[in-house]
Amino acid sequence: MSLDSSDVEKIAHLARLAIAPEQTERYAADLSNILDLVAQMDAVDTTDVEPMAHPLHMAQRLRADAPSEPNQRDLFQGNAPLAEAGLYLVPKVIE
Amino acid sequence: MQWETVIGLEIHTQLATKSKIFSGAPTAFGAEPNTQACAIDLGLPGVLPVLNAEAVRLAVRFGSAIQAEIAPRSVFARKNYFYPDLPKGYQISQYELPVVGKGLVEIVLEDGTVKTIGVTRAHLEEDAGKSLHEEFQDFTGIDLNRAGTPLLEIVSEPDMRSPQDAVAYAKKIHQIVRYIGISDGNMQEGSFRMDANVSVRPVGQEAFGTRAEIKNVNSFRFLEKAIQFEVERQIDLIEGGGTVVQETRLYDAAKDETRSMRTKEEANDYRYFPDPDLLPLEIDAAFIKNATADLPELPDAKRARFHAEHGLSEYDANLLTGSRELADYFEVVAKESGEPKLAANWVSGELMAALNKAEKELAESPVSAPLLAGLIKRIKDGTISGKIAKQVFEAMWQGEGDADQVIESQGLKQITDSGAIETMIDEIIAANSGQVEQYRAGKEKVFGFFVGQAMKASKGKANPQQVNEILKRKLQG
Repeated sequence: MSLDSSDVEKIAHLARLAIAPEQTERYAADLSNILDLVAQMDAVDTTDVEPMAHPLHMAQRLRADAPSEPNQRDLFQGNAPLAEAGLYLVPKVIE
Repeated sequence: MQWETVIGLEIHTQLATKSKIFSGAPTAFGAEPNTQACAIDLGLPGVLPVLNAEAVRLAVRFGSAIQAEIAPRSVFARKNYFYPDLPKGYQISQYELPVVGKGLVEIVLEDGTVKTIGVTRAHLEEDAGKSLHEEFQDFTGIDLNRAGTPLLEIVSEPDMRSPQDAVAYAKKIHQIVRYIGISDGNMQEGSFRMDANVSVRPVGQEAFGTRAEIKNVNSFRFLEKAIQFEVERQIDLIEGGGTVVQETRLYDAAKDETRSMRTKEEANDYRYFPDPDLLPLEIDAAFIKNATADLPELPDAKRARFHAEHGLSEYDANLLTGSRELADYFEVVAKESGEPKLAANWVSGELMAALNKAEKELAESPVSAPLLAGLIKRIKDGTISGKIAKQVFEAMWQGEGDADQVIESQGLKQITDSGAIETMIDEIIAANSGQVEQYRAGKEKVFGFFVGQAMKASKGKANPQQVNEILKRKLQG
């Protein structure tokens, strides 16, 4: 399977990555190589193998339902570029 | 052309946990912005999610309540998209392996017929934060208190064929989640949000039409109106030579219309993949047993029992099992009065009307179930007529005591002394000789006039059967 420039542009857009036009060809080639490797693995017969969701052979541990996190808003908002009235401010996302 | 509507619903219900699904931040509603958003909810580097056992327990209860299979192993996945109220750039959800599999619920339509609606799946996921677009001129304010709140997304099969079906189904899911105590179902606070997938197809055609998804409807009335509008829009569009585009639409209640929400040409591409931060969720039989051991009698079972045990119609049984509180109230009245049918009439009639009028919840009713049972007993033993009972109920509602006290203090006891009734009727006959002649000349309608006079003279307290008998006898002369 191979990707062309338009695939790369779409993926970059979905990931909000800026890619210079002259780079798309190279990324298309690199990503295609990765997909070729995956295709090679995909060709192996895995009929009796349970699909793996995680490399560790363990189950998720559960946490008791008890609030334990204190309010640290001031600390966190000290890192934010903009905050006002307790809200994080971001550039307006709708018109 | 005749069109058939096809509807599927996705319902997000907020699970009633004290802390978030993957963090120890509290979930209380109405807190100051961002005071309940910890490092995990903010998606700060280096943090790891740890799954809340209670969220899993509540999901299992739901699965059990809709007779669904609980997955022995389910997997959390990342749903990737960018929006400022989703700090990580992905929502942790479940995709290929959800915790709850196929189930079903029954809905009762207005004509009393019962229809089964399939539930495809229900999965656990985290909620996003809130974007406030109005408060600031050039900015959007972000409140992340809601980020990480546990949700159960319940996805139906496309089994509904009308807006009424969809509302009945949504109400049923709402009823179930509240019965089994997994969500408060508070729609104003966004604890129960509905998305409707709507399409139309010519009657007889098997393939589904292209669907539009109406997002984020938070009332049953709006759900019905939004679907109604959308169905008409799609039919008009197709009949006018156009085609329906698969898109997300928003219902505008003020204008009573749906409109396109995203005009972006690319389809949603969430690029789901298993979340490497979370291990597969394994649920064994012991966990399920623990989670479901105290499940209450479910609405459908209760409805069937009310129908069979108390002889109620499907309609009444459905109405009275609307909430656990209402069903419990009814059962106390039915049991203490020994008159289930009268109890059903009084609870669904007088009581509900009074509650609606006063805009009160059942729990706030000034007339408790034992008080109402006391009133019904007095109807049953003939102390008062059904008509006077309404007057007594009104007084009880105003806090004037129990039925016996009101009957006593207002002198409402039914007159059953036939001597007294005869005397009263003799007076009426004597005072209305014209009507007596009309009656005797064959104008039987006049009988109603005499009954009216007798009830008026006795202030409604004369026993109606006795009045009828004595009047008949006397008028025949």
